[in-house]
Amino acid sequence: MIEVRVTKGFPAFAIDVDVGLDEDEAGIVALFGRSGCGKTSIINMIAGLLRPDTGKVVIDGRVLFDSDAGIDIPPHKRNIGYVFQDARLFPHMTVKSNLLYGAGRPSGARFALEQITELLDIGHLLNRRPKDLSGGEKQRVSIGRTILSNPQILLMDEPLASLDGARKAEILPFIQRLRDELNLPIIYVSHSLEEVVRLADVMVLVDGGRVAASGDVGEITSRLDLYPLTGRYEAGSVLAATVKDRDDTYGLTILDTPGGDIRVPQLSLPTGKSLRLRIRARDVALAIQKPVGTSFQNILSGTVREIGERIPTRGDAAADAMVEISVDIGAPLRVRITRKSLDELGLQVGSPVFALIKAVAIDKHTLGRGAGSEHAARYS
Amino acid sequence: MTDLLSPAEWEALALSLRVAFVSMLGCLPVALMFAFLLARYRFPGKALLDGFIHLPLVVPPVVIGYLLLVLLGRKGVLGAWLYDTFGVSIAFTWKGAAVAAAVMALPLAVRAMRLAIESVDRGLEDAAKTLGARPMKVFATVTLPLISPGILVGALLAFARALGEFGATITFVSNIPGETQTIPLALYAQIQTPGGEAAAARLAGISIAVALVAMIASEVMARRIRRSIGEAE
Repeated sequence: MIEVRVTKGFPAFAIDVDVGLDEDEAGIVALFGRSGCGKTSIINMIAGLLRPDTGKVVIDGRVLFDSDAGIDIPPHKRNIGYVFQDARLFPHMTVKSNLLYGAGRPSGARFALEQITELLDIGHLLNRRPKDLSGGEKQRVSIGRTILSNPQILLMDEPLASLDGARKAEILPFIQRLRDELNLPIIYVSHSLEEVVRLADVMVLVDGGRVAASGDVGEITSRLDLYPLTGRYEAGSVLAATVKDRDDTYGLTILDTPGGDIRVPQLSLPTGKSLRLRIRARDVALAIQKPVGTSFQNILSGTVREIGERIPTRGDAAADAMVEISVDIGAPLRVRITRKSLDELGLQVGSPVFALIKAVAIDKHTLGRGAGSEHAARYS
Repeated sequence: MTDLLSPAEWEALALSLRVAFVSMLGCLPVALMFAFLLARYRFPGKALLDGFIHLPLVVPPVVIGYLLLVLLGRKGVLGAWLYDTFGVSIAFTWKGAAVAAAVMALPLAVRAMRLAIESVDRGLEDAAKTLGARPMKVFATVTLPLISPGILVGALLAFARALGEFGATITFVSNIPGETQTIPLALYAQIQTPGGEAAAARLAGISIAVALVAMIASEVMARRIRRSIGEAE
């Protein structure tokens, strides 16, 4: 149970958040928002590096800060691990000394050095100095150092933001392993929806120092009213899916989703494996009759749930060509079509439609770990 | 080896080194404290304190010597108390020379250390805190090692300033051979003495040699420290 209710005023900005997260099981909670929206300040207040003006921070029943009761536990006693965006390795120590810096905590070691160096694949770096490491290696050592300090909860502040694409791809699997193998709750700060979808179960959307929405990742990313915050290029929806079958003749994998079967290019995942599927709004087309003679592999039937605002293009209403529609296919699916199509098809809320999705529109960048069965039960 | 310098020259050299070394050791902790105060904290009167620390750099050394005499002389405000309470008198002794040199060196040492403290990435200290380090541990294991090059520079400056100290020393503790007559004071005495030119030249040579050795030694140490804290050379 994480309760963060804090206010903090800055000269040109104010934070006023109230989040209660019921995270009984280890999982990743994403704190998502644009740069400068106050995400880092919020976790700094959780870690005790920034003092809130008023409020309360409680983690698993431990009151870390309470302005009314005059409680403010100093950071070194909070037992909260913090992975910073810029690694912050101690330059005057070897990798091994860095890793063991916080390992002397009295709460007793949950993880052994060997276990962590193996998990993060940093065993061969132990005698090096931070200046001799690549960006990705630094970040892995930083993650290892934090875990070895035996925290109760892990805060990660955009750990991938300072890395290029290849390095990001190098670290992401390690963060997924932390989540899956260490049973450690994580609060993950990010401004990349792609990362959030791949890693998190629950997300908190932050805007201008306030919480705009919070809840299941799939639900938040499919809400049209949050569209301006989740972003123009990232518009899409998230579906829970399990691997149902494979079609070796054509190299396809068949996924079972709430909207029916979806065929995607072959995935190297076993049957029964659950995952999350992100479908970009621009990759979906709509039809009012079931099309025949089409190359679309995935044709899902549903009804129009919501017709969103026009998508502003140049600030000139007449020039706005696109609208966004939410279709209920058993789960919400965001679709982007032209205004012309909307009128020609005569779509209204409740109209039956078919959603057409190209199999090739779904690639490994749009797939994330599936919600565990217990999560699926909780949020469905 | 002993033939190289006369007994009087040895005496002046040994005294100079002792005074410089003791004044440096005394100056360092005080300078470190002031450097931290000025680099990390905001408090009323900060500009005044900063100016006060820098006084020895801008007023004539004779003024500092005079103030020390007024303050720490046998009949001075602090000096009388020291003598009455502990029976200690530092005016006109080598200890007084060390005090004068330390006061003159203080602004240089504070400046060097303050610069080093201000350049420490506070984020590293925050990281140490979140790893469970108490404030003392953060200081000892992160801050102190990272500012050690600045401390070394401060130490060298303090040592060099002490070796060359003249005005405040001669005013405060006079020019007593074997007690307060350091190399610069001995050199001054020789210049004042008819026929002392050759001796003066030798003392000047000794002075230059000591300074060079000290600088080279500190450069070697600085390189070693920088390497040990993982900085590029």
